[in-house]
Amino acid sequence: MRFSDQFEQRFAEMLTHYPTKRSVLVPTLLYAQDEAGYLSDEVIEELAQRLELTALDVRNVISYYSMLTTKPRGKYNVQVCTNIACMLRGGEELLEHCEKKLGIGHKGTTCDGLFSLEEVECIGGCSWAPAVQVNYDFHENLTAEKMDKVLEGYAKKGA
Amino acid sequence: MADLVSHPDEVKVVSRRFGMGATNLDRYLELDGYKAVQKALGMGPDGIVNEVKNSGLRGRGGAGFSTGLKWSFVPKQASKPKYVLCNGDESEPGTCKDRLIFEHDPHAVIEGVIIAGLAVGSHTGYIYVRGEYRYLLEIMQKAIADAYARGFLGKNIFGSGYDFDVYWHGGAGAYEVGEESALMESLEGKRGIPRIRPPFPAVVGLWGGPTVINNAETLASVPHIILGGAEWYAGLGPPKNGGTRLFCLSGHVKRPGVYELPMGYNLRKMIFEVAGGVPNGRALKAVVPGGSSTPVLRSDEIDIGMDFDSVAKAGSMLGSGGVVVLDDTTCIVKFALRTMKFYQHESCGWCIPCREGTDWLKKTLIRFHSGGGVKKDIDNMYYLSENMLGRTFCPLGDAAAMPTMAFIKKFRQEFEDHLDGKPCPFEKAAEPVLA
Repeated sequence: MRFSDQFEQRFAEMLTHYPTKRSVLVPTLLYAQDEAGYLSDEVIEELAQRLELTALDVRNVISYYSMLTTKPRGKYNVQVCTNIACMLRGGEELLEHCEKKLGIGHKGTTCDGLFSLEEVECIGGCSWAPAVQVNYDFHENLTAEKMDKVLEGYAKKGA
Repeated sequence: MADLVSHPDEVKVVSRRFGMGATNLDRYLELDGYKAVQKALGMGPDGIVNEVKNSGLRGRGGAGFSTGLKWSFVPKQASKPKYVLCNGDESEPGTCKDRLIFEHDPHAVIEGVIIAGLAVGSHTGYIYVRGEYRYLLEIMQKAIADAYARGFLGKNIFGSGYDFDVYWHGGAGAYEVGEESALMESLEGKRGIPRIRPPFPAVVGLWGGPTVINNAETLASVPHIILGGAEWYAGLGPPKNGGTRLFCLSGHVKRPGVYELPMGYNLRKMIFEVAGGVPNGRALKAVVPGGSSTPVLRSDEIDIGMDFDSVAKAGSMLGSGGVVVLDDTTCIVKFALRTMKFYQHESCGWCIPCREGTDWLKKTLIRFHSGGGVKKDIDNMYYLSENMLGRTFCPLGDAAAMPTMAFIKKFRQEFEDHLDGKPCPFEKAAEPVLA
């Protein structure tokens, strides 16, 4: 398993921040996932070895955090918030719109592997609802039309 | 990047530097940056704790506990290292204020962490930023690196002989990690399962050392208190509720946004004047005053001051400052269901009343909202919630139970309107499908 130099540099630095090795686990899992696309058996084994944990320890942590996944997903993960503040301003309708537009449901991935869709809990966009995150980018005050433009933008970028 | 709003009634303390480019360290220094730390270095631990105690600053994460008092619980002598932990795992639905602090004024958080460290005799601080806020984590990483480069962090800060390190830490998506003991578990690289207390974190916290845990807004307020003085800060709000607060207005209002208003600001005024009132000519039905876990207020219950004690007197909580406004087109049953879906999803499953309770409540509400409810369900849901209260390690169980009880108590009629297979009165009747 090879990670980028930036990953390795950050990993080495983080190890100096804490009195125990395993403290770096949660952020490291997310950074590893960003590079590998998902937390494969190989990634899990590698990180477990580095942090002197068992693969089971690592899986145990992965299953707790909603952003971590052991299954591949699309290049752009479209996360639509439908929690209360977004719900009041059309979050559910926006999710439905995305489902129709992309032809997939919650946690589904398009055939071309470009998009995944996820209904998520509050992402902190309450005052700018409805809010969506595509990977780490926030898109706020959305309407169906604006959402279409956002998706088209990513489709172009990913093509 | 989130849009900023403003209103003439705002009193900008924590948001003073918003939109002014203070992520840049030189700019931050021009705007009185790092002056508070230097002042605090000369005040001594007791001096800092007393100043913060007298300022009336109370925890902005939701519990509203006196910050100075919390700091005073940390033992002076400890066999293990002491830590300061900044809680930036903002995830209470309706709350989006820490996001703005990290985006516009990251150094204020760092400064608050250092001052908290000086107050309790700690030499290490961690700033935990939720995983979804990646761009904010990057802003924080840069801010920390910049502060190290100038010698504001590390060995002998400001030539004082005092060493202080600050490290960033990122989450990976979990509401419950915002609870202080779960936050420590997460930072230690584990599942965010809450710890039993006592011992409290102030005595046994991170890796067994005494730990002070404060919300990002709380810590960002501290430098202003040190510079402006406790008396000035306390005077901004009503007695025992010092200062200002970032209120996140969301839902059915004309001008949603994050406004910094003095503690005790009238809730009705906040909705109708600051946020412009309810749009589309609709009427106000209800307000969730402090994030999804706080009990709902009816439209006739909102002539109250938004401070910890006044909102508690009205039977709810000031919580995390997330004010969610509901107009008269909102179905309370549906709203209660969405709230419960969230808590069921976020419950870690450690305590049975929370794990099973949230699941039962969610299932009952789904059935209820789709017309399959029976009259007994209403009392059952109330009874179930009542029995979750206070029976869990962390407040997530309470956070799910309290709003449910308030929805049933205050809007019972709406629950009854869903009985006997009747369709939800608020859903538009489905258009007949032409074959």
